[in-house]
Amino acid sequence: MDRIAFDIAHLLAGGLVLVSFMMIYQDRLYALLNVFALHAVVLSLSVSWQAYTQHAPHLYVTAAIALIFKAIIIPGVLHRIIRQMGIHREVEKVVGAGVTMLAGMGLVAMSIVLMLGLTEAADAFAREDLAFALSVVLLGLLMMVTRRNAVSQVVGFMSLENGLILAATGAKGMPLVVEISVAFSVLIAFIVIGVFLFRIRERFDTIDLGALDDYRGEHE
Amino acid sequence: MSAVDLSLFCVAALLALGPAAIVLRRLAAVSALVYGASALLCLVLTSVGVSVLAGAAEISGRVLPIGLPWLGAHWQLDALSAFFLLVVGFGGAAASIYAIGYGRHEQEPLRVLPFYPAFLGAMVLVVLAHDAFSFLLSWEVMSLLSWALVMAHHRAAGTQHAGYVYLVMAGFGTMALLLAFGLLAGSAGDYAFEAMRATQRSPAMAAAILALMLVGAGSKAGLVPLHVWLPLAHPAAPSHVSALMSGVMTKVALYGLIRVVFDLAGPLAWWASPAVIVLGATTAVLGILNALVASDIKKVLAYSTIENIGVIVAALGLALAFRANGMAATSALAFSAALFHIFNHAAFKSLLFMGAGNVLVATGQRELDALGGLIHRMPVTAFLMLVGALAISALPPLNGFASEWLLFQSVLKSPDLPQAGLQIIVPAAGAMLALAAALAAAAFVRLYGVGFLGRPRSEVAAKAVEVDRFSLAAMGALALVCVLAGIFPGVVLDLLAPAAEAMAHARLPVQADDAWQTLVPIAEARSTYNGLLVFLFIVFSATSSAWLVHRLASRRLRRGPAWDCGFPSDIANTQYGAGSFAQPLRRVLGTILLGAREDVSMPPPGDNRPARLGVIVRDVIWEGGYLRLSAIINAIATQSNRLQFLTIRRYLSLVVGSLVSLLLVLTIWN
Repeated sequence: MDRIAFDIAHLLAGGLVLVSFMMIYQDRLYALLNVFALHAVVLSLSVSWQAYTQHAPHLYVTAAIALIFKAIIIPGVLHRIIRQMGIHREVEKVVGAGVTMLAGMGLVAMSIVLMLGLTEAADAFAREDLAFALSVVLLGLLMMVTRRNAVSQVVGFMSLENGLILAATGAKGMPLVVEISVAFSVLIAFIVIGVFLFRIRERFDTIDLGALDDYRGEHE
Repeated sequence: MSAVDLSLFCVAALLALGPAAIVLRRLAAVSALVYGASALLCLVLTSVGVSVLAGAAEISGRVLPIGLPWLGAHWQLDALSAFFLLVVGFGGAAASIYAIGYGRHEQEPLRVLPFYPAFLGAMVLVVLAHDAFSFLLSWEVMSLLSWALVMAHHRAAGTQHAGYVYLVMAGFGTMALLLAFGLLAGSAGDYAFEAMRATQRSPAMAAAILALMLVGAGSKAGLVPLHVWLPLAHPAAPSHVSALMSGVMTKVALYGLIRVVFDLAGPLAWWASPAVIVLGATTAVLGILNALVASDIKKVLAYSTIENIGVIVAALGLALAFRANGMAATSALAFSAALFHIFNHAAFKSLLFMGAGNVLVATGQRELDALGGLIHRMPVTAFLMLVGALAISALPPLNGFASEWLLFQSVLKSPDLPQAGLQIIVPAAGAMLALAAALAAAAFVRLYGVGFLGRPRSEVAAKAVEVDRFSLAAMGALALVCVLAGIFPGVVLDLLAPAAEAMAHARLPVQADDAWQTLVPIAEARSTYNGLLVFLFIVFSATSSAWLVHRLASRRLRRGPAWDCGFPSDIANTQYGAGSFAQPLRRVLGTILLGAREDVSMPPPGDNRPARLGVIVRDVIWEGGYLRLSAIINAIATQSNRLQFLTIRRYLSLVVGSLVSLLLVLTIWN
């Protein structure tokens, strides 16, 4: 049982990393949102599995929050925003997909080497979980750096949060209070950035962050 | 009431005097009141220090529930603190009595009065503090209050620059102290001195603490190359404050150095000591060279302070070297020499600054070349200045000689050191110190000869009048201390022996047992010095030769042409001046060390203009070190200004890049 439990946890956490790579690769906004929804689903599966193996029923709540909020509501809202603004055709990337993927692989390799080295004393569950969680966080950061569209930056930020939640649930005894606050911080960030998008849109007729630079008289 | 409680009570009273001065500002006698009360409190503090040193009062501590909530404020009065309490109290009392008279000439007394007693109180607090937080807090308060006092005449030319440089250097020094205490507290993070003392450290860690303390306390004390603020700030302050800053505050800085390096940091390896010795010797030579060419009387004194700090630090370095090699008795000798010189310098440097203050009051001039002939107009000041100048020039039988003699006795023990490096460095540093002592004598012959002898070089100098009695009384007391400490050095050494014993783990032989007040630092067979006999001999030979001269020589009064470079002229400027006196030494030693150049402009034949000889002395350390450093910092700041104008994505990339590179470092590290 223990062996299988570990393998499944491993599979789900690894799946999260894989989906992160898929997000990095997607350059269409709708597709990106779909992949993000998948990301949240995998996260919620992983969290539920942790809840089951750790006999920690409150983690089911976390899984539910991830599923409902991140897999359904936020992608839906972002869909609406994209449709309203008519930017669903936009393809945007600063760095090419191949280079980004290579950098992502490097980051994953680094975080696994680092985490497995640092957490030798911890139990196997937590070790794998932390290694994958750090990978997901770094991949989220990488995505924020390589995109210039505000929507995909929001998505990158939220996938980063998913990584944090993965780490939090992997460690036994993480209280729910912190979990909810993390979810709320995502929500708040989403609202703030959403408002910001409209403000940019109103003023410059685009949500390309490059327009802000133009406004300041600078170019990349 | 224990000794430390009494001291803290005095400090509280001193700190309260500042606001009281503001409340009572309408009162005509407020100045005399504040200075008088400060003097009384300082005398109490002096007696507390003496009684602890003499063993009459117990070593006592006190924890007050102020400051950091989990730490409280620890205060303790042990032998070392008591010695410095004595120095602060005694210097403070003299300066306060002096200021009762001097303060009358202050244009805006409220720029000085509120800060002065609090400054005294803060210095006492530094000496009493027994945890890092209280120490640093008191230290900073002391720095800030002295800065406020320096800025008292903020409209005078150069004062604002001096204040700015002082503030920057004080901040820099405190930063180094902060790091030093951080290292001392270690990972346990206990800031009480007891805990720091109990911690075991590696030699490298102790050496790092020593280096940080040399920067932190050295910048306050005036070690080269961190001395640049001192010759600017000390002269800019009112003279009684200059006396306090030079005579006392630099000693409080040395207290910090001694407390950490000798007491808290634990045993230091021998290889750490040469740096201290060389630093001290270099400071001494460079300081006195600058004093030799400075033309402002207070600047000469400030540079001479740097020289004396160098001498003291070199003695401390010697004590470290001997202690690291287990030669506790010799270490105690060098350490006692340092403490004795600290005491002496507090006495004669205060005296000299007060004399400079008298000159300033009487003439309004600080330039040596505007003075001259003051011995006729201000005979008492001139006599007291002479005592101070003789003492600082280390002439027997005065106190400066006794302490420097002790220092050289410890230098002469250097062949017993096991390390070849120290065997070379210590005598070389001793030679530099001897050079500094000789140059100091030259500098004070110049100061005294140009300032007080000869004919007046300006109207104001010719019309100077003697100053008030309070000022002269304070100076007289200091001069008396200089003479007495020179004649009876054994008494002072016995008094400071507990402090030396606590730090150097050994004590000198008890001097009171020796007949005729003879000073026997090591053994009678090796070397002795008897100030009393020298004094009696000088008095006897001087009176008898004076008697003989007056008895046997012609009583007829003769008037001949004054010697003035072979050119008998009425113009006072043809006298030997400050610049002329310094010229030979400037030419020999100053071309490289001071960047001194002479600029001769000779008009062509037929031209009526006079030929001119100009002297350009540059501050090599200021120009080569500080200005270059500030230029580099400016360039870096201009370059990093670009970071203000990046795009949002680039900021994000910067954050991610730094995070990833830190993680990479961690990965490789593991």
